[in-house]
Amino acid sequence: MTDFWFQFLLALDSTLRVATPLIFCAMAGIFSERSGIIDISLEGKMLMAAFVAAAVAYGTGSPWIGAFAAITVSIIASLIHGFACIIHRGNQVISGLAINILASGLTVIIGIALFRQGGQTPTLPKTSRFNSLELPLADVFEKNIPILGVIYKELISGHNILVWAAIISVGITYYILFKTTFGLRLRAVGEKPEAIDSAGISVTKMRFQAIIIAGILCGLAGVYLSTATGAGFVKEMTAGKGYIALAAMIFGKWRPVPALFACLLFGFLEAVAARVQGVEIMLIGEISSDLLIALPYLLTVILLAGFIGGVTPPRAIGQPYIKER
Amino acid sequence: MQASRLPRYVDIVLIPILNLLTALFVAGIIIAIIGENPFTALSVMLKGAFVYKGGLGYTLFYTTNFIFTGLAVAVAFHAMLFNIGGEGQAAMGGLGIGLVALSLGGLLPILVVIFLAVLGSALFGAIWGIIPGYLQAKRGSHIVITTIMFNFIASAIMVWLLAGMLMAPNQMSPETVSFSDGVMLWQMHEIFNKMGFDIGRSPLNLSFVIALICCLFVWLLIWRTRLGYRIRATGFSLKASTYAGYRPEIIIIVTMAISGGLAGMMAVNEILGVQHRVILNFTSGYGFTGIAVALMGRNHPVGIIFASLLFGALFQGGAELDFEFQTITRDMVLMIQGLIILFSGALAYMFNPVLEKLFLRDDHLIGPKND
Amino acid sequence: MNADISKQNGGSKSPFAVEIKNINKSFGSVHANHEISLNVSLGTIHGIIGENGAGKSTLMSILYGFYKPDSGEIKVHGKAAYFKQPLDALKLGIGMVHQHFMLVPNFTALENIVLGAEGKTGLNKGLQNARKKLEELKQAYGLEVELDSVTEDLPVGIQQRIEILKALYRGARVLILDEPTGVLTPQETDQLFEILLALKSEGVTILLITHKLHEVMAITDEVSVMRQGKMVGNTLTKHTTPEMLAEQMVGRSVLVNTKYELQSIGKVVLSVNKLGVVDKRGFDSLKNATFDLHAGEILGVAGIAGNGQSELLSVLSGITLPNAGSFKIEEYLFDAKKNPSPRLMRELGVSHVPEDRQAEGLVLQFQAFESVILGYENNQKLGSGFLTKPDNIQEYCSQLQESFDVRPQNPRLYSSQFSGGNQQKLVLSREISSVPKILLVGQPTRGVDIGAIEFIHETLINMRNSGCAILLVSVELEEILTLSDRILVINSGEIMGIVPRITATKSMLGKMMAGIPFEDAKEDKK
Repeated sequence: MTDFWFQFLLALDSTLRVATPLIFCAMAGIFSERSGIIDISLEGKMLMAAFVAAAVAYGTGSPWIGAFAAITVSIIASLIHGFACIIHRGNQVISGLAINILASGLTVIIGIALFRQGGQTPTLPKTSRFNSLELPLADVFEKNIPILGVIYKELISGHNILVWAAIISVGITYYILFKTTFGLRLRAVGEKPEAIDSAGISVTKMRFQAIIIAGILCGLAGVYLSTATGAGFVKEMTAGKGYIALAAMIFGKWRPVPALFACLLFGFLEAVAARVQGVEIMLIGEISSDLLIALPYLLTVILLAGFIGGVTPPRAIGQPYIKER
Repeated sequence: MQASRLPRYVDIVLIPILNLLTALFVAGIIIAIIGENPFTALSVMLKGAFVYKGGLGYTLFYTTNFIFTGLAVAVAFHAMLFNIGGEGQAAMGGLGIGLVALSLGGLLPILVVIFLAVLGSALFGAIWGIIPGYLQAKRGSHIVITTIMFNFIASAIMVWLLAGMLMAPNQMSPETVSFSDGVMLWQMHEIFNKMGFDIGRSPLNLSFVIALICCLFVWLLIWRTRLGYRIRATGFSLKASTYAGYRPEIIIIVTMAISGGLAGMMAVNEILGVQHRVILNFTSGYGFTGIAVALMGRNHPVGIIFASLLFGALFQGGAELDFEFQTITRDMVLMIQGLIILFSGALAYMFNPVLEKLFLRDDHLIGPKND
Repeated sequence: MNADISKQNGGSKSPFAVEIKNINKSFGSVHANHEISLNVSLGTIHGIIGENGAGKSTLMSILYGFYKPDSGEIKVHGKAAYFKQPLDALKLGIGMVHQHFMLVPNFTALENIVLGAEGKTGLNKGLQNARKKLEELKQAYGLEVELDSVTEDLPVGIQQRIEILKALYRGARVLILDEPTGVLTPQETDQLFEILLALKSEGVTILLITHKLHEVMAITDEVSVMRQGKMVGNTLTKHTTPEMLAEQMVGRSVLVNTKYELQSIGKVVLSVNKLGVVDKRGFDSLKNATFDLHAGEILGVAGIAGNGQSELLSVLSGITLPNAGSFKIEEYLFDAKKNPSPRLMRELGVSHVPEDRQAEGLVLQFQAFESVILGYENNQKLGSGFLTKPDNIQEYCSQLQESFDVRPQNPRLYSSQFSGGNQQKLVLSREISSVPKILLVGQPTRGVDIGAIEFIHETLINMRNSGCAILLVSVELEEILTLSDRILVINSGEIMGIVPRITATKSMLGKMMAGIPFEDAKEDKK
């Protein structure tokens, strides 16, 4: 086994870890935007959830109760978004931005009020977190089965339950969106709300349902950050992941499976960026990890501009639905 | 920006104040919940912002930043463009100043370098606005998404340059060497000192005056020039703009250039006024605050000056919170900012139905909208 | 056996599918439907015709539950019906096929049909069940639709079939079609009619809203005519003629208005040669238009809305580019290669009063003095260099408001705060004050009060008398007849003929508007 191969495997492994919150958020974005509601507040909801998950898990000792509380708070943030944009027809971008900034402030203020640690939560003990699950026989396989054994141990095994939940959420999103009545209506409401309305279904209700699901998924992303991969909340710990997820969602053309791959690609870029700093590569020269980090954004801009194939966002996105009377 | 049937003073004075008060009310509740007295917090902030020596200087220093970024957002809003790329444009503006100051400093007379540096900030900011503008106008990319992406790209470029080829030698932090002597904007407290006043030390510098000039410029541009007229016509009605022959695509690109330029000039205050070298993350979210400022200031320079002052006071007063309280810090300001964006932006019309009932009870002042 | 029949007919023996009695509906001051009564016999095709704004659409919107009438009653299959929303009407078997389809563009035909009526069996099963049922419906009525095609890829005619299937799938027994042929090619129209006949033979009642006389004659059993919000005629189709219907539609002609003296016509200032425009959907919205416009004349363009008039104005004012042919102003020739622009046209002395004054002619959020310089903000009198001078502009606006009697006479009032007539006067004042050689006018008096109409008409005549060439587009035939020196009739983007006002009659114009060429329309003249 060459060192390069092993490094590559580790990069793939950390790709999964990095991509997990992106996947949750991208799926959240798909639900919201497919229903016609722009959601740039993925970031803020995730941040709030991360804080609440850590705080409650610390207080109760149970990561599950923490997760439940986090999801609840994330849903509340969604409902505020809905109150502003669906009921009061406010600007969806402004509302999302408000939630993001609000989250940045609130998490720290409440954090300090509760724990007096400069906005962090205390480090969570192992028992209050979602821990890695070593799959059975990992070590045995690694020793006895060439290549696949290593892959099994390094890549497949050793992830916490939320990593798997993220992957599964893609399948569930796909199923709901394309295989259920609810999904059919959800897709319709983001494309042509008049069609839904004339079929006698409430546009408002559909959109609220969609953003509540988005709230749940963002909540899970936050839970993952502070109580699974991390051991507590740190100020601004989402660090723009919500926006990368937004980019991945667009890159995946608002479709769950392509969005999953976009998340993995973006996650991989980040994982690689962490490893290649200063590494010389033949012909290309020194790779700058700093620029590599910007690649997801750049790719998204290029894609949106229609330079590599076209993307069509849901047609009714961003427009409040006004019944013509 | 729907047409309102309310009297003008309700629209431009009462509603913004009502929205602001709602935001502050909610903030007060949150402060009370975490066990502090909101009124004490308020008085600490006010003292810090206006009363303590130099406090006002700091307040006006922050105000300067917000005027630039607020104007940037407002100009774009007039063309119905939502420029949330102020952060990135300001960062690039800093780069523009750095490149001019570092390459020409010492070669040309100081005043010329300063002038070119200011120009450089506007130019680099403008470029960072033009590209999303072009992509919106000609390729149909949503400007909100593109400007978000451009914030991150700008940030990556800055890290790359400041930790790379522009990084000062023998230095551990990602920043350039200091500009050559004198390449900086004069400090206000020094100017006042020479005139015999002691206003206390603060980073307030000549940029504040430039910012006020920009306010005048934006006011002239939007309400007194032919271009401004076309920008507003395009923003209000694409069809009317096309009918009049204004070519909306061109208007969009030009507007984004001006908007980006103004955001870029925020760097004049931070870089040329205070740091005298390019540092990382000097934008500190001021670009986003500009959105709150523009929303509160109703996209009018006068409103923006007041809103900037409010946020300047919040930022400076917020810093004071750090000293006085154990539990509330300047992050409180972020929260208030979020609430203000929520209530004066997304929920701006929440009170309209109530107000319409109040003010239009006998509705004969204003004629029917249409036949 | 009796029970069976009554079940089929919705539980009653009423000979009428729909009975409407004394329906009234007002929007503000506009009385859109006035004491309308209508009986639609079971299993027939019933045409409802009328000019734009006659109140057809309002009536149908009431019938399918979108609007609530102010007063009056509706019976469906003999039973009184109260609709709160379209779904209620649908439950009683009334389905609407909108002019603008309510289809999700990226859904398959099947998905669109099933949307909202998926059943409780889960989507897959629901779609399967629907497919079976739809195959039967397709068979029964000849509604050939590839159920798995993506809707936006299908021709408009097929999309319309999806709408029809959608209504039938939900159990509609009364089908309302709003201007169904407006977007169809002639072949598609024929196919639609075959389908409608098949539906009729299966007992479906059809209400066909249209303004095309030959279609009414070709397919309906009975026809009702609406004019200005009232029901003015109701006969069996076999007992009427296109001429009679046209006359009912436009109103019995009073005396031809000779209020305005005809002028001697001057030299040609605009020469249009085989001009053609293809719209976004790829339809020829203007075909092979050829005519001259002379100084000192008003050339009226008569036609039912949406027959290419808008495109004509839009091309001649430089907003859209021609796809074929050319037009010439002075020595300047414009065609697909040499593009005109609104700015250039203004410089050449072409002014344009647009059809939609609220979206195009004014910026509603602008104050009046700002709106009166739209397109003319470069005028040196109104500013210097880059700058505008608001004081000058306000002064200028005051002058315009005074000479055009715009009320209230306040330049600082927002454009949206003026009444329709005063808004139009603002636009007109702006366009005329540039002293144009050519004036393009679209719907000058749409939504304008009577006092203002008079004023606007006189203004136009004065312009003509001073030597301006005016192209007047209006769907009001009365207006065309009052003002024009010559009348150009347009149908489906084609010019049916140009008639001098003196020899024109309403019924002749009505026939030409319905697509009968000048020669044939003339022969019938007595």
